[in-house]
Amino acid sequence: MTKVRIPPTLREQTGGQRELTAVGDTVQELLDDLMSRFPALEQQLPFANVYVEGEDVRTLDGFETEVRPGSTVILLPAMAGGS
Amino acid sequence: MPAYRELLEQVRAEISEVDARRARELVDSGDPVILDVREQDEWDEGHIPGALHIPRGHLESRIERTAPDSARQVLVYCSAGNRSVFAAKTLEELGYEDVVSLAGGFTDWKRNGFPVDLHTGLEPPQRARYSRHLLIPEVGEQGQLKLLDSKILLIGAGGLGSPASLYLAAAGVGRIGIVDADVVDESNLQRQIVHSTERLGEAKVDSARRTIEALNPDVQVVSYKERLTSENVERILADGWDVIVDGADNFPTRYLVNDASVWHGVPVVHGSIYRFEGQVTVFKPGEGPCYRCLFPTPPPPELAPSCAEGGVLGVLPGVIGSLQASEALKLALGIGEPLIGRLMLFDALAAEFTEVKLRRDPECPVCGEHPTITDYIDYVEFCAGTRETA
Repeated sequence: MTKVRIPPTLREQTGGQRELTAVGDTVQELLDDLMSRFPALEQQLPFANVYVEGEDVRTLDGFETEVRPGSTVILLPAMAGGS
Repeated sequence: MPAYRELLEQVRAEISEVDARRARELVDSGDPVILDVREQDEWDEGHIPGALHIPRGHLESRIERTAPDSARQVLVYCSAGNRSVFAAKTLEELGYEDVVSLAGGFTDWKRNGFPVDLHTGLEPPQRARYSRHLLIPEVGEQGQLKLLDSKILLIGAGGLGSPASLYLAAAGVGRIGIVDADVVDESNLQRQIVHSTERLGEAKVDSARRTIEALNPDVQVVSYKERLTSENVERILADGWDVIVDGADNFPTRYLVNDASVWHGVPVVHGSIYRFEGQVTVFKPGEGPCYRCLFPTPPPPELAPSCAEGGVLGVLPGVIGSLQASEALKLALGIGEPLIGRLMLFDALAAEFTEVKLRRDPECPVCGEHPTITDYIDYVEFCAGTRETA
């Protein structure tokens, strides 16, 4: 079980929770678990960056990046608001 | 107890002196710290180029910050070469190993026709206004002059632009540009503190200008009462900006700002807000990633997070916009560690800052090795039905 930080712009798809617990040994498995429970996420996730321990997974092993139970995982889609 | 003259001669015998000719050689060598210990008004009337200034009365308390290396030679001078004798003695007592006093002082220096820096720096009212900056070694008079000479462009005079413009103006940024096409609306006043109730219906650029001019007459405001588009971005950038503070509220503007920043080599202090959370980073072309390294293209309109309907805690843009102002001032001053390659996330509800690393993408369509985007793109408006308040 790994905690995944949900950005405020995706919380309407996840029941409003700031943090969710997901099952998996890789980023892909975590995301698959989240999408199976919150299908509305499926459309949004391709536009979100994923960070493990503060590093963009694109600079690690992508979606195959391994995660551990204590890992810090953050989802981050683009956010435009400024006014 | 010795009389002043006796004491002066006694101390003079204990320190080293150089004449103006030798002082000139030392100044030209660039080796020593040159220290002027005269009063402010004397300094303002001219001083040795490259000299640092600490009035004699503040010497003991300020010298360590001004000249931290006690092994480096110090050439100290005053007007006639007397106060500097005592200053030299004090410096030696404070552990400075190689101190020389300019015999005959600045008077003799000038008599020899040696170069004089007549740059008077700050006016007395500015010295009072910016006194808290002048006390910080990293800013000081040189830094304040740099701020007064700097040009910062704000995209948006809204939630983020409000605190950013106020703090940049208060700090004495000499020229502040503001791009915003909107007018002040009642729903803005819960957070957009550069505006006020009496300005309802007034163009935001005009309202912001009035507030800024009332706050600090040193600031020149350049207003662009228009929305940033591919049509006007080049014209606005041509006015020559050192830093862009991006407080836009929509994706099309964010991407225009980014692409212009990369092509013009101007750093962007990026901020965004939503409900209780905000993000800040600095995109500095050539030194770190750009916005497209992070998000190569905007999400499709139907998936773009809601803007105006999402809501925002009124103080949140105060936090994020102030952080943007702080980063912009650091960039203008060239100090500290800007948020380049780091994205700072702030969660007001948790009272928590989190940081993630951002890296340059060699495949980035704009700043990568083989750019595929070489002209501005007008993306479709995302927040259909909401007011455009860039």
